[in-house]
Amino acid sequence: MKYTLFLYNDEAAMANAPAAAMQQVQAAFQGYTQALKDAGVFVATDWLRPSGTATVITLKDGARRVQDGPYAASKEQLGGFYVINVANLDEALKWAEQCPAAKRGLIEVRPSALG
Amino acid sequence: MNVTQALSAAKAAEKTARESYGRLLSLLASRSGDLAGAQDALADAFRSALETWGAKGVPDNPEAWLLTVARNRQRDVRGSAAARTSVPLIEDDINAMFLIETPTDRDAIPDDRMKLLFVCAHPAIDAAMRAPLMMQTVLGLDADVIARAFMVPAAAMAQRLVRVKRKIKEAVIPFELPSRSDMAERLEGVLEAIYGAFSIGWEQIESAEEADDDNLADEARYLADLLARLLPDDAEVLGLAACISLSNARRAARVSADGAYVPLESQDTARWDAKQIAWGERLLQRAQKLNAVGRFQLEAAIQSVHVARAQSGFTDWAALSLLYQGLMQMAPSIGSAVGRAIAIGHAQNAPAGLAALAQIEVSVRDEFQPAWAARAHLLAMDGRNAEAVQALDQAIQRATGAGVKRELLKRRSLLTG
Repeated sequence: MKYTLFLYNDEAAMANAPAAAMQQVQAAFQGYTQALKDAGVFVATDWLRPSGTATVITLKDGARRVQDGPYAASKEQLGGFYVINVANLDEALKWAEQCPAAKRGLIEVRPSALG
Repeated sequence: MNVTQALSAAKAAEKTARESYGRLLSLLASRSGDLAGAQDALADAFRSALETWGAKGVPDNPEAWLLTVARNRQRDVRGSAAARTSVPLIEDDINAMFLIETPTDRDAIPDDRMKLLFVCAHPAIDAAMRAPLMMQTVLGLDADVIARAFMVPAAAMAQRLVRVKRKIKEAVIPFELPSRSDMAERLEGVLEAIYGAFSIGWEQIESAEEADDDNLADEARYLADLLARLLPDDAEVLGLAACISLSNARRAARVSADGAYVPLESQDTARWDAKQIAWGERLLQRAQKLNAVGRFQLEAAIQSVHVARAQSGFTDWAALSLLYQGLMQMAPSIGSAVGRAIAIGHAQNAPAGLAALAQIEVSVRDEFQPAWAARAHLLAMDGRNAEAVQALDQAIQRATGAGVKRELLKRRSLLTG
């Protein structure tokens, strides 16, 4: 069963963090990704640029509308994701708990609709 | 099918339903992970039982029969196209069921209800839905009965139950016992849900016009007793079951013959249920032997002191103030702070009780009806009747149940009359 871990964080705090701290965070994420791979549960991941770089597009009302993003303005913003393949929600939560993003922000765990 | 056979089939099915619903459902669902599907399969099996047992007599092991039919039904549904929602059971299948060698010993069927309870109280499940889900799946209660008990519109409750079962299935919440390291935290969720349901039932009794037989408190008591049988070596599990039994024992006495609410200190102890008290005391003694004091054990001990009045004729207020003190350290709440103040008022004197009451934060205390009632009680003990009436007026303003309101008005008229 695939689960996506959506990583939300406080962008302002991240932007103000000193370079050395950012390097530590990066190293922590690399270690985490490796741990997922070693356990054979890793599917995909990506890190995103800050939400100020987001653009929203829709054809919902018939016309193509493009506007400056992000979609939802809130303190905690989507900053990246992991897709993992595990047996059940408890295992997904165990992995999410170990993700470095859980310490600073929060993680939404969603099951895949495709299994 | 003659009438007698039909009736005995219906009776056997009903008896099995009450005793075995949760057992069978947990077995069916723990394999498939699909509670709603397992409920449908089991409902079909019960329907078939009514017809088949009526015609052919009740099988030696009704549970095994129901389990086999329900499992076949689950397999049929899995095998059929998703669009077909109803597959009639083939008559031959049912006939064959009587030939299957089934265990005659009820204990040969494993008991997965513990796993079901942990699924219902999983942290990923909305806390408000945990107890309703337990009642539907472990006890087999209808959604509309649960809706009435929780005072929620029937359609809304049914929809929430559907939604929560869909989450369990689609997010794959596993039917497993928690690991040893997670056990305490997960068990707390189960205990909280049962205690919460009991509290709702208990408040309903306070506000009811008369003692009703069909109450949430009974369902919570059943769940707590079941949990105590499944985990007989957990002090808090035993403490909760003891607390519920000892409280519930006083239920009939909380409402007088003319429908008025009767506070604990004025209750006729002859109307307390001796059997429930004895059961509660046994559970509490067992919990105390395990040397692991917890919140529910203290709550049970408080109830035990109250019911001891049936034997001794008096209430040991000094013991109560100590127990409340412990409870406040373990699980601070406005309720236990008020309980402690009253106990101190009786054990020492009214001013000491009032001083304890004054320690509670004003903003919390001012909005809490029992705090005003306690203040009135302690002031009246101290002979300060005018101030007691003022406090009672505040309590009356904040009383939600009709029974409690009447009782407060009665106390007011005694002070002014």
